[in-house]
Amino acid sequence: MPERKIRVMVAKPGLDGHDRGARVLARCFRDAGFEVVYTGCHQTPEQIVAAAIQEDVDLVGLSCLSGAHRALFPKVVELLHGKGADDITVIGGGIIPEQDFQLLYDAGIKAIFTPGASLESIVEWIRTNIKPH
Amino acid sequence: MYFSKKMLETSSTLTKKWEEEVKKALKNNHDQKERFTTVSDMEIKRLYAPEDIKDVDFEKDIGVPGEYPYLRGNQVTGYRGRYWTFRMFSGMGSAQDTNRRWHMLLREGQTGLSTAFDFPTLMGYDSDSPKSLGEVGKCGVAIDTLEDFLALLEGIPLDKVTTSMTINPPATVLWAMYCAAAQIKGAPLAKIGGTIQNDMLKEFIAQKTFMCPPEPSVKLISDTVEFGAKHVPNWNTISISGYHIREAGSTAVQELAFTLRDGIEYVEDVIRRKKMPVDEFAPRLSFFFNSHIDFFEEICKMRAARRMWAKIMRERFKAKDPRSLWLRFHTQTAGCSLTAQQPYNNVVRTTVQALAAVLGGTQSLHTNSLDEVLCLPSEHAVEIALRTQQILAEETGVANTIDPLAGSYFIESLTNEMEEKAWEYIHKIDEMGGMIAAIEKGFPQMEISEAAYRFQRQLDAGEKIMVGVNKYSTDSTHPIPLVDIDEKVGEEQIKRLKDVRRRRDNRAAKKSLDNIKNACKKGENVMPCCIEAVKNLVSLQEICDVYREVYGEYKDPGLY
Repeated sequence: MPERKIRVMVAKPGLDGHDRGARVLARCFRDAGFEVVYTGCHQTPEQIVAAAIQEDVDLVGLSCLSGAHRALFPKVVELLHGKGADDITVIGGGIIPEQDFQLLYDAGIKAIFTPGASLESIVEWIRTNIKPH
Repeated sequence: MYFSKKMLETSSTLTKKWEEEVKKALKNNHDQKERFTTVSDMEIKRLYAPEDIKDVDFEKDIGVPGEYPYLRGNQVTGYRGRYWTFRMFSGMGSAQDTNRRWHMLLREGQTGLSTAFDFPTLMGYDSDSPKSLGEVGKCGVAIDTLEDFLALLEGIPLDKVTTSMTINPPATVLWAMYCAAAQIKGAPLAKIGGTIQNDMLKEFIAQKTFMCPPEPSVKLISDTVEFGAKHVPNWNTISISGYHIREAGSTAVQELAFTLRDGIEYVEDVIRRKKMPVDEFAPRLSFFFNSHIDFFEEICKMRAARRMWAKIMRERFKAKDPRSLWLRFHTQTAGCSLTAQQPYNNVVRTTVQALAAVLGGTQSLHTNSLDEVLCLPSEHAVEIALRTQQILAEETGVANTIDPLAGSYFIESLTNEMEEKAWEYIHKIDEMGGMIAAIEKGFPQMEISEAAYRFQRQLDAGEKIMVGVNKYSTDSTHPIPLVDIDEKVGEEQIKRLKDVRRRRDNRAAKKSLDNIKNACKKGENVMPCCIEAVKNLVSLQEICDVYREVYGEYKDPGLY
C-alpha cells in the first residue's frame, strides 16, 4: 500500500482577513504533495477544531496577523485536547512578536513561522516532524 | 509623439549601433541576471527610445494638467497651490487613545485624519461578541456606539479637518455616526468633508472583510452615494481601492484593472438602482492606490489610472462634468514590502514609495511607519513617517513642477503598456458579465493568488530580492520598541458598552432598528434610519445584525 499523504489544514482563526500568507502556503503544500484543506477566513476556534477532526488532518497551520493569536492559538490546542485529538499537531504563523513565542509554545503550539520564513523551510519542518496517522 | 522623420531615422540608426555594442559587451561580461523585471514581473527593456512612443498623440494621450485625458493631473496648479494631504492612517485601543494620537499628529503638521478601526468594528460586531475575542482595540480603534464616536472626535474641528474612515461592510453605520456627531457638534452636513472607504467589491476580491453577499453589499453602497449627493455634498462616498488588492499579492496591472472595473460596477449600480444621472454623483467617487517598491511601475500605474478613468467616464458613461472625469486618489505605501528583519530599512523603502506617489500625482498620502510590519506604530515611528512626507514636500523640490517625468520614452511607454494590459482585464471581466459575476467565478481572486504565489517562489529562488530577508541577512539585530495593546482595553470597552445599553431608551432603540429593517425590506435608502438609530445609541452590531438577517451572510469560499 502506498504511504498515506500528509493531510494539512491551513486555518484562519478570528476576524482577520489578511490571507495572503495562508493562501500562498496552501498552494505550496499542495505542490509539495500534501493533501490540503483551506478553511477560508473568519473561523472560530470551535469551527477549526470540528473541521480538523472531521477532515482527519495530521496538522493544523494557524495564520493570524491581527494580534489575536495570544487568545486564539491556545484555544485551538485546548479544544483539540478536549476532543481527544492530541495527535493533531498545531503550528502557527503571521505577525507574531518574538516575546509571544514562549507563551504559544507553552500552550502547545509546536512551531511558529513569521514573515521571511521560506516556503521550503516550512515544508521541510512538516516532512521532518509529521508522520501521517 | 510627433518626432520628425529625420529624427526617427537617426534614432533608429543610433539604436542599432548601440545594440551591436551591447552584444559585444555581453560577450565579455554577462548581465547580472537573465530577466530584468518589475516587482510585478513585467519585462523591462534595457533602453527606451523615441520609437517606443512614436505613436503617442500628444493632444489625445498626454495633454496638460486639468484637461482631458488628465494624464498629467486634475489640478491646473499642481502642488503649488496645495500639497497632497498628509493623512496618516491611525487608530488603536479605545476612542480616547486614538483621539490622543490624532491630536499629536495634527500638532506635528498632519493635514487630514484617517481612521483605523479594530476587526470587530470592521466586521460589524460589538466588543462583547464572542467573535471579538482577543481582537478589541488591537488593529485599530474599537467603536460600538455614538458615545465612542464622540470621544474619538473630541476637540477635532469637523468643519476644517477632513476625516477618512477605512470602513466597509458597516460603512452606513459609521458614516451615520459621523453625521450624527457633526450635527450634535453643530457642524452642518453640507459643510463636513471626508471619505468612507465603502468599497465592498475589493473586500470579496482581496481584503476579506465582509458581511452580506455582493448584491446587497453594493445596494448599501449605492444608498450612501445617493444620500451623499443629496445631503453631504463634500463627502467622498466611496474610496475605490486597489491598495488591498495589491497587498493580497496582485501585480500592478491587476491592481489597476480590478480597481477601475470595481468603479465601473458601482457607477452602473447607482445609475440603474437610483436612476441618478452620472454627473450628479461621479464627482464624489474617489480612489485609493498602493505605492509599491518598483518606482517607475508605480508612477506609470497612477498616470495610466487617471487617463483610463477619464476615458471610462466620458466614453462609457457619457459624463460631461469634468469633475466626473477626475480620478482623485489617496495613496498608501506598501505594507507588504516592509520587512520585520532590519526594520530601520523600512524608512528607506517608504521614502522611495512616497516619492513615487508624489511623482504619480497623488492627492493624499499615508506613509507607513518602520514598525508597522510588527505592530501598531509607535509615536516615534509615526513621526518619522510623517516627516518623510514633509521632507519630500518642503525640501526636495519634487513638488515644484507638475508630472515631471512626462515625455520620457520609458515612462510614456510603460504607462501605455500598463494601460493596454489593464484594458485586457477589464474587457475580460465585461465579457464575464461584470465584476460581481467575475467574483462569483473566483476570477480576480485566483489571478491574485497566482501572482502572490509566483512572487513568493521567485523570492525563495532568489530571483526577487528583499534586503535583509533573502539577501544581506544578518544575525545581529537592533531591536525596536513594540507597541502592545493591553487586554484591559477590551474589558473596559465592554464595560462602557454595557453601561450605554443600560442607560439608553431601549424602546426608542428597538423602534429605530425596526425602521432600518423596513427600509431594507422595501429597498429604501437606509441612511436616514441609521442616523436616527445611532442617535438613539443603537450599537454597531445591532444594526449589522439587521443587515445580516435581511440580506444574509457571506462566507469566505476559501479559494487559493
